[in-house]
Amino acid sequence: MSKPIKIKKGLNIPLKGEAEKILDSAPRSVKYSVCPTDFHSLTPKMLVKEGEKVKAGAPLFFDKYNEKIIFTAPVSGTFSDLVRGEKRRILRIVIEADQVDEYVDFGAADPLKLSGDQVKEKILKSGLWPSIRQRPFDIIAKPDVPPKAIFVSAFDSAPLAADLDFIINGQEKEFQTGLNALTRLTEGKVHLSLNSDLTLNKGFVDAKGVKIHSFTGPHPAGNVGIQIHHIDPVDKGDVVWYVGVQQLIMIGRLFEKGIYDASQIIALTGSEALNPRYYKVVGGARISDIATKHIRTEEGMTVRIISGNVLTGTKVDLNDSIRYYDNQITLIPEGNTPEIFGWIAPNLDKFSISRSFPAFLMPWKKFRHNTNIRSGERPFVVTGLYEKVLPMDIMPMQLLKSIMINDIDMMEKLGIYEVAPEDFALCEYVCPSKIDIQDTIREGLDVIMTEFS
Amino acid sequence: MKALINLVEKVKPNFEKGGRFEKFYRTFEAFETFLYVKGDVTHNGSHIRDAMDMKRTMIHVIIALIPPLLFGIWNVGFQHYKALGLEVQFLDQVLFGAIKVIPIIVVSYAVGLGIEFAFANARNHEVNEGFLVSAMLIPLVLPVTTPLWMVAVATAFAVVIGKEVFGGTGMNILNPALLARAFLFFAYPSYLSGEIWIDTTLQEGQQLIDGFSGATSLAIMAAGEGTMPSDFDLFFGFIPGSIGETSTLAILLGAFVLIATGIGSLRIMTSVFIGGFAMGLLLNIFAVNDFMAMPAYRHLIMGGFAFGAVYMATDPVSASQTGTGKYIYGFLIGVLTVLIRVLNPAYPEGMMLAILFMNVFAPLIDHYVVQANIRKRLTRMKKVRLQTQA
Repeated sequence: MSKPIKIKKGLNIPLKGEAEKILDSAPRSVKYSVCPTDFHSLTPKMLVKEGEKVKAGAPLFFDKYNEKIIFTAPVSGTFSDLVRGEKRRILRIVIEADQVDEYVDFGAADPLKLSGDQVKEKILKSGLWPSIRQRPFDIIAKPDVPPKAIFVSAFDSAPLAADLDFIINGQEKEFQTGLNALTRLTEGKVHLSLNSDLTLNKGFVDAKGVKIHSFTGPHPAGNVGIQIHHIDPVDKGDVVWYVGVQQLIMIGRLFEKGIYDASQIIALTGSEALNPRYYKVVGGARISDIATKHIRTEEGMTVRIISGNVLTGTKVDLNDSIRYYDNQITLIPEGNTPEIFGWIAPNLDKFSISRSFPAFLMPWKKFRHNTNIRSGERPFVVTGLYEKVLPMDIMPMQLLKSIMINDIDMMEKLGIYEVAPEDFALCEYVCPSKIDIQDTIREGLDVIMTEFS
Repeated sequence: MKALINLVEKVKPNFEKGGRFEKFYRTFEAFETFLYVKGDVTHNGSHIRDAMDMKRTMIHVIIALIPPLLFGIWNVGFQHYKALGLEVQFLDQVLFGAIKVIPIIVVSYAVGLGIEFAFANARNHEVNEGFLVSAMLIPLVLPVTTPLWMVAVATAFAVVIGKEVFGGTGMNILNPALLARAFLFFAYPSYLSGEIWIDTTLQEGQQLIDGFSGATSLAIMAAGEGTMPSDFDLFFGFIPGSIGETSTLAILLGAFVLIATGIGSLRIMTSVFIGGFAMGLLLNIFAVNDFMAMPAYRHLIMGGFAFGAVYMATDPVSASQTGTGKYIYGFLIGVLTVLIRVLNPAYPEGMMLAILFMNVFAPLIDHYVVQANIRKRLTRMKKVRLQTQA
């Protein structure tokens, strides 16, 4: 293993409610759902009709603009409900689950003995392809454009993130099979990034057939975008792919057992979670089945339920399902009560990167952070702050401004191909002008995507 | 406290859409958010936000301005009674100073905020907090003898022409407070030069002491006559000058607040001082007159150098916005200040012009820093590509 890459810039937000390393299983949900909205810029075309019976792994819909990419059912049951939103946009495909899953058989195989095309074919058919994403643009990988490399991050540095070391426990074999499959999909290398201090699991440390890198430092060191930037940056015209660890384990299962088994481990975290710990669930499970019993209730307080982490997650309610790429559910208090002179008070209970708050004097303290935005939006005023939390050789403020004025040439020069909204989540967190930075980055990516497609 | 919030909530509908005072919603909102942080929550993007906001940023700059302000108030009284040759109590000095200074501050805030509120209501955006600092800076860089109507005109000019025509706080090119001063300097030169630094209004039976001179140290050096105050007086600020600029010590206290909280840019401050000192040394080498031969360190404690370096050059909006750019920007301010002071007989104080000049050049500096970053990234891409292909 090579010398660790030191990430100096960044920020660990000390939040209360880290998940204990205990694995519970949640009861089987009555309803599971697949949400096309989990995937950016996807236009779904349905393949089944309401009332049809489906097996786990049976196709539900496909991408209108890329017919090879199909999405399959995580459980077996009856397709009972199609939830639409504004402009008849499909929000959710609900499946009433059978007691026991029946799986579509895709046939077990050793990926190392298959050709790249055969591996690709199998993953596409099983509906696991969406788990492979690409940079630039942070979207589902285009199967026809081979990547120059594939990246897997073996640790998540986001606030209260699930410990992937704990999750992979007992699934090392499937993970390795998944990696083997990835090696067939690229001419280049498969890069696996570890945390040099925290990653201990043999499944990661002794992974075969891949190039192992190690990183050390605060969040966003675990973001795959940061790792790509430091290992093999994306230039105009380049494409790299990346896969999450849990999704890779599912790909591994596909080759080991020949089925699409969407079971995964979810961390229930956050200051408002009564028993923050890990739960074994099947993808698409309802939030209520995991979280309901564990939400702290307090007079006058409402809880925000987030699928994912506090920086990049999605606001959901109990009837929603866990989103496709997420490994955690976070529960934090809503900040919907006014605070008298809150902007000037010492605020002992608030965390901030700024030393005008006493938080920096208490490095041991964990915070119960709420969702109050604390101010209206302002123009850019403070400079040099985003740079402190973005460990990339990219000028964040200049890039944001080029997006705001729609200067495509400048966006390209300043590195738009390398970034994704999640890499700028901390910039958004620290921004004293309260600018929606992740949205801005996404807008920029969308502009480039439409310009060159 | 709860009752107060309830009261505000009760009158709120009058200001909201369809209410009687709909047009003044932004004014209402400014007072509302001053009173309490609203219960607004995040909707998209990061669910939690850092507790820091613009109000807290700006209030810390104002806190950092308190030492020079208090010292300035006292010094106004001190200089006044010194000119009259009277020995009076400390409190009398403070009282005299307060009577002279506070009206200037009040006028600056009233005029500036009035215009800010009007623009915010007309353009329907939130009232920006930036002017809270500018309104405090304007009095501190003016001589105490400035008539109040001139303070009002200068403030109005700075807010309208300096800021609002560009789109408000965050969009301005020049530092508004310095623009106010520059405006007065060029529009009313007779009020802003000469023996204006000490308030010498006499009451019955009072007279100035023999041989009184109200000249600043810069004027003395530029003219080459008169006695220079000691370094001790220069550093502690027992000298004539603009209200807030005289005491280097008080300014350093403020700088400590700005640096400790991370709100003021340490890069800019230090590089201004280094630039000024370096230029002073250079002039020493080629010295042909007393001013050029003056010890370089003295530039840093004379006139408005320290005040400009700590509070004016560091304005994040008008300064360079890139890390490297900040060093260049600060350094050149220091160099230009000393250059203007020593080599230009018409303007004894170079700080104001140097900062305004570099404000204009900051975007150019940033442009080259950004281009350098683009080139660096390109070369790295090429290098990595070669490595992976090999």
